[in-house]
Amino acid sequence: MAERNFKVVGKGHRKKDSEQLLLGKPLFVDDITTGQGTLVVKLLRSPHPNAIVEDINTAVAKKLPGIVAVYTWQDVPQERFAIAGQTYPEPSPYDRLILDRHVRFVGDPVAIIAGETEKAVDAAMKVIKVKYEVLEPVLDYHTAKDNPVLVHPEDNWKASLPVGGDNKRNMVAAEEHTHGDVDAVFATCDHIIEHKFHIRAVQQTMMETFRAYTEIDRYGRLHVISSTQIVFHLRRILSHALGIPKSKIRTEKPRIGGGFGAKQTAVNEVYPAFVTWMTKRPAKIIYSRKECQICGSPRHEMEVSVRLGAMQDGTIRGIHVYTLSNSGAYGEHGPTTVHLSGTKPIPLYTGNLEAYRFNTEVVYTNLQAAGAYRGYGAPQGIFAVESCVNELAEKIGMDPTEIRLKNMVREGMIMHAYYGETCNACALDRCMERAKELFKWDEKYPVRDMGNGKVRTAGVAMAMQGSCISNLDVGSATLKLSDDGTYNLIHGAADMGTGSDTILAQMVAECMDCEPDDVAVLSADTDYSPYDSGSYASSTTYITGKATELACEKLKKEICHVAAGMLGCDEEEMEFAGKEVKRIGTDQSVSLKDISYKLQLNSNDSGTVTVSHSSPVSPPPYMVGMVEIELDKLTGKVDILNYQSVVDCGTVINPKLARIQTEGGIAQGIGMALMENVTYVNGKPLEESFMQYKIPSRQDVGVLRTEFEQSYEPTGPFGAKSIGEVVINTPAPALAHAIYRATGTWFRDLPILPEHIVFGKQPFYDKD
Amino acid sequence: MEVKINVNGRVITDSVDADMLLMDFLRKHGCYSVKCGCETTNCGLCTVLMDDVPVLSCSVLAARAAGHKIMTLEGLQEEAKEFIGFIANQGAEQCGFCNPGFIVNTIALLRENPNPTDDEIRAFLVGNLCRCSGYDGQLRGIRDFLNFRNSRKE
Repeated sequence: MAERNFKVVGKGHRKKDSEQLLLGKPLFVDDITTGQGTLVVKLLRSPHPNAIVEDINTAVAKKLPGIVAVYTWQDVPQERFAIAGQTYPEPSPYDRLILDRHVRFVGDPVAIIAGETEKAVDAAMKVIKVKYEVLEPVLDYHTAKDNPVLVHPEDNWKASLPVGGDNKRNMVAAEEHTHGDVDAVFATCDHIIEHKFHIRAVQQTMMETFRAYTEIDRYGRLHVISSTQIVFHLRRILSHALGIPKSKIRTEKPRIGGGFGAKQTAVNEVYPAFVTWMTKRPAKIIYSRKECQICGSPRHEMEVSVRLGAMQDGTIRGIHVYTLSNSGAYGEHGPTTVHLSGTKPIPLYTGNLEAYRFNTEVVYTNLQAAGAYRGYGAPQGIFAVESCVNELAEKIGMDPTEIRLKNMVREGMIMHAYYGETCNACALDRCMERAKELFKWDEKYPVRDMGNGKVRTAGVAMAMQGSCISNLDVGSATLKLSDDGTYNLIHGAADMGTGSDTILAQMVAECMDCEPDDVAVLSADTDYSPYDSGSYASSTTYITGKATELACEKLKKEICHVAAGMLGCDEEEMEFAGKEVKRIGTDQSVSLKDISYKLQLNSNDSGTVTVSHSSPVSPPPYMVGMVEIELDKLTGKVDILNYQSVVDCGTVINPKLARIQTEGGIAQGIGMALMENVTYVNGKPLEESFMQYKIPSRQDVGVLRTEFEQSYEPTGPFGAKSIGEVVINTPAPALAHAIYRATGTWFRDLPILPEHIVFGKQPFYDKD
Repeated sequence: MEVKINVNGRVITDSVDADMLLMDFLRKHGCYSVKCGCETTNCGLCTVLMDDVPVLSCSVLAARAAGHKIMTLEGLQEEAKEFIGFIANQGAEQCGFCNPGFIVNTIALLRENPNPTDDEIRAFLVGNLCRCSGYDGQLRGIRDFLNFRNSRKE
């Protein structure tokens, strides 16, 4: 690892917005849009998973006091669009209308109701009469492909990119990647581990539900204030949905109460936007927790089939992953999430891998549409492959940490299963060694009977993710020298609580030799911010961060140019030195403050630069997770005693915020592994609230221990890679491993519930 | 019906519907720190003090609060300022949406039990959900504050 000495980068600065947040100041959508006359917008939803609206009578509802508008499928534009926040042209199919006559899941909207008060809207909702032609639904994703029942029979369904989608076969996407002859490799392996894993959908459950406010601004444009990760994509999506020019739309985000990928989809902005555009009145929609649970944008349910070929000495030679993904009623993120179920787990074993095959199918069903959730498709694939590796280790009697050290990807290797990228920066081996030492693996791994019906033991897993979507994501930074010699950083990425505004300010402070407090940050607003794809795909630190670093270098040149003009010398003679610019070899200097005033007086220079950045590679962060559990054999209850993470995210820009990212991801991963579940009865979702859908509380996560093993990524800002997503990937396979150690049973479906442990089987287990 | 509620030391008189929730009443009167995270009393985001006892304002009717003393985070700023810096030092505020309920309930905890153990902290705050932090950072922040306060007393 290259040693670098940084002044501000690598320090645990407080989040710039921390005091405002901790004192409960009004910073969120619903706190800052409290003006009189804002219409309340709610949606009447289908009770059927597949039906045609034969007739809808809104006459009575429209006459109720306080009701301003009721819209149905007849009132909206008929051009289909996608609500996935992705770079245009989106891989996700154009399969949505604002309101569709054909409703495709329980919760699909049938009418938009806008009124002066919530009470008026609720009353109107009760008196809308809908007559449905109820159709047979497709509820089992195993039978969706080529099912005679089509989720999207319409002729104006459109795929912008050739990703293998075909609405006449219920197909959202399909793909296949191979390297080498995997079947030939399997034929000469000593051991083949072959299993099917089933991973249920889970909800992001960000504490702030989906919400958006819309109004007509002073120039007659549609102004949208939304809790979103994707201001620029949102503008385009609204333009497509409403059929109005992008120039007529301005979107911005205030503080966001969590996103985790849910807000990478424009889940509900189109509804108030349509109301405002039609009525020219301000409107607001706030999803209830129930709506988030039944018509949100959860993780894709997937069935991942793995074949892993290895030798008796533990050499892993071939991996085949086939993933069937359930996109639900609409295709948001369907073609892309599934991709990560193979491209993240397989390259972890680049060490001795001779061949691999990875193929996928993504299908429509009449269930809640899935979307983006931290990790995208990686947690599903990593759970499956890591579980097979653990099983192989147990089968051949090799320590599971040793088998990984023997096979893992290392610096300098070419990762054929990861776009052929060279592994430039990788401390995965050091992560494993360090985790073993900190966790005391050799003591914790053996099964220990506690003598009271409880056993203690441990499990391990490793993971990788990406940093951005290579050759695609764009991040930009505008940097301005301000009046008093401080800076304004304006960007278009979305700090959704992670602290990205703060770490970007740290980067400016590092480059410009000032304090983070000297950097005011503004984001994100489509009128003010330079273009950014948005905050997803672990891109903000790596892409927007690099743009910020490059903007600093450019601004330094501009400042030297202005200073040279003031001293009447050549700009090559000037040297940037923090609070001043020095003329090399003399005692002459100009202060930043004087330079900033000069920019306001008879000036042809702006003191402002904008830099955009994209990357041809997506360098993976890596991590190792180890969990110690106590399992009650009588009740099947699993208590997490402690969770050790060791993460390689390249240079750690802010160790405190990186640590919290890690711990938050571990907690979500624990929820996914042991409790969270999205299930349906006849297409009706069961987990409608936090009563049924339990996320981990502070008594469920044990003690979280986090360390970093830094590598230096040459293409990243200050050597940094990403952190946000990789951290959710290890809990499920590590816990399944520990539970196997305690019970002797491999559980291959998530979540692993106490009753599964007691009875030694799971709902889908017998299908294996 | 007309109610008089003492909110953060100021008596508010207002006409409310019988089914109006205290949470909605408080937001209507400018207490925007009070957040709704669920509708089922599971998340703790809407925690306020009613006669100094923490309650979920989503499950108290405004009419029930008539004549009572309600404190929201807006009225507890000075008490909060004593320890929020320690949470900020951990980066454990994160998105901030659950912060008001968490901070108000932590104030209630520290009033009732000035020197709680880690397990007592986890138990008292168990109803305050947070999806960002993984909780451990919040615990470390409270622990750092207690250590700081105790060292100052010595």
